[in-house]
Amino acid sequence: MIEIQNLTKTYGGFDALKNVNLSIAKGTVFGFVGPNGAGKTTTMSILATLLAPTSGSAKVGGFEVTEQPHEVRKRIGYMPDFFGVYDQFKTTEYLHFYGASYGIPRAERDQLIPQLLELVNLSDKKDAYVDSLSRGMKQRLCLARCLVHDPDVLILDEPASGLDPRARIEMREILKELKLMGKTIIISSHILPELAEMVDEIGVIEHGVMVAQGKVSEIQNRLRVKRVLHIRVLERAEELAERLRDEAHVSQVLHDETGVHVHFGGGDAEQSRLLGGMISAGYQVVSFHEAQSNLEDVFLEITKGGADHEQMA
Amino acid sequence: MNKWRKVLINPVLGKEITLRMRTPKSAFSIFAYVLVMGLLAMGIIYVMTSGSGMQSGRVDSGVSRMMFYALSIAQLVLIAFMTPALTAGVISGEREKQTLNMLLTTQQSSATIVLSKLVSSLSFMTLIILSTLPVYSIVFLYGGVSPSQLVSVFLFYLFVMLLLGSIGVFFSTLLKRTILSVIMTYGVGLVIFLVTGLAYLFAMSIDRVSYYNSGAPVRAYSWVGYLLGLNPAGALISIFEPSFSKSAFLVQGSNLQSSAPIELWQEFIIV
Ligand SMILES: Nc1ncnc2c1ncn2[C@@H]1O[C@H](COP(=O)(O)OP(=O)(O)OP(=O)(O)O)[C@@H](O)[C@H]1O
Ligand SMILES: [Mg+2]
Repeated sequence: MIEIQNLTKTYGGFDALKNVNLSIAKGTVFGFVGPNGAGKTTTMSILATLLAPTSGSAKVGGFEVTEQPHEVRKRIGYMPDFFGVYDQFKTTEYLHFYGASYGIPRAERDQLIPQLLELVNLSDKKDAYVDSLSRGMKQRLCLARCLVHDPDVLILDEPASGLDPRARIEMREILKELKLMGKTIIISSHILPELAEMVDEIGVIEHGVMVAQGKVSEIQNRLRVKRVLHIRVLERAEELAERLRDEAHVSQVLHDETGVHVHFGGGDAEQSRLLGGMISAGYQVVSFHEAQSNLEDVFLEITKGGADHEQMA
Repeated sequence: MNKWRKVLINPVLGKEITLRMRTPKSAFSIFAYVLVMGLLAMGIIYVMTSGSGMQSGRVDSGVSRMMFYALSIAQLVLIAFMTPALTAGVISGEREKQTLNMLLTTQQSSATIVLSKLVSSLSFMTLIILSTLPVYSIVFLYGGVSPSQLVSVFLFYLFVMLLLGSIGVFFSTLLKRTILSVIMTYGVGLVIFLVTGLAYLFAMSIDRVSYYNSGAPVRAYSWVGYLLGLNPAGALISIFEPSFSKSAFLVQGSNLQSSAPIELWQEFIIV
């Protein structure tokens, strides 16, 4: 659905994007991850036909963004990272305006808009002035706006930024629903755990370069993120902690009232041997589990790698 | 037919008009504007009736015509001030409100957006101008001015608004910041109004001096008159008094009875 090849964007000598390649299949939810200034917004603006690339190609649904922007715009719903609203409009009027801007006839809009408001949980605000909505509501309204022309692709630049945890969860639920509707979604975010739950693939970009791209689990494996093991025993926890420090593959051991936390560098076989050893040594193990290593770790791992490369260079 | 409907009644235009009419600011500015015009009219009447040896306090048609001219020129100056303020922010304002990006990703062409913005600003200006009609009715009370003159003056306003409005929208599209765009538009407006006027006076006096010095045979018209034709105020006066066009071209001292090479207002509109 989305095909980016050797995309480069230069701002007066500064390379914001360097030869980015990206391919997103129809129906995929793609998480776009990277630190501030990495080039996420730049990439998304190019896809949204708002910014001309310096070189390379970007296609949406087979249409080149620079050559057939009109066709591309029909197929995308774009939500910028920062956006304003027309304060003096009521929410329905706001959606009517954008619907009309996409050439949707009045009668159709009359049917569509209540459905959209329902989808983003704003039905009770249909007669409220946009001015009076909270930030989270405005964000959801903007999402509804992206959907008025039923686009195949959604380009969402940090849709959850500035939202409280509850509003985040609501936003995530809406996006899940959109995913079920078969939309192709590109979503950028700084908050990685929340992406991990809903994205199929992630792309990590840094300093304008795609440093990693693929399925979330693949990337996690590829980076061999260290496991953290949580161990709880009935007694002799202190002694166990001391003992584990000398085990192979163990890099760090912490001990507190919730149990013993072990940073473990080995694979599944080594992990099982570790547990066996503890039990045969007579420890009464209550629980032994691997802490979920999340995208946050992946992210830090990758960007730490990036920083190292820079120091080397 | 349907196509025209689409062009004329488009979403951006509808939105602009709705939003503009919803702000109390708009009602207030119309009110303030009419108030200023009304006060001006009162002031002019007062000055004219108290001075110039009019013991009876009677206003003859000549005086009321002068009043009409004064009001019209004042109105022109007000238009020159208001149009840039209204139009110079239409695109850069959307940019600053961060709504432009979303507008640009819709199916509307940029030309439609820009034109609708211009049309909506101008229709608001037209509304303001029309709302000053009651003030003009004071003048009509005294007679001396024909309705056709009034109509031509209003058409002329429309033209000046279109000119200044286009300049405003142009800068608004070009420049990222509204404030810069406003300044540039006023700058260009100033050139059109003041600089052409001053240039005329200046060039005229130079021309006159060299004319007398050379002692050349009678020259019909001086090229200098064209300069005044570039000035909206000059053009406006020529609408009132067709003879003004002629005198502008005449070097003082010569006395030709033929008509001017071009009416000033015609020249202005052509340019
Ligand atoms: N208009 C511009 N002129 C010059 N440089 C720009 C411009 N827009 C972006 N940049 C630069 O391009 C780089 C990428 O910016 P971009 O906005 O794409 O980052 P981002 O990944 O979206 O960051 P964030 O997470 O903070 O939103 C940055 O270094 C930025 O300074
Ligand atoms: Mg960004």
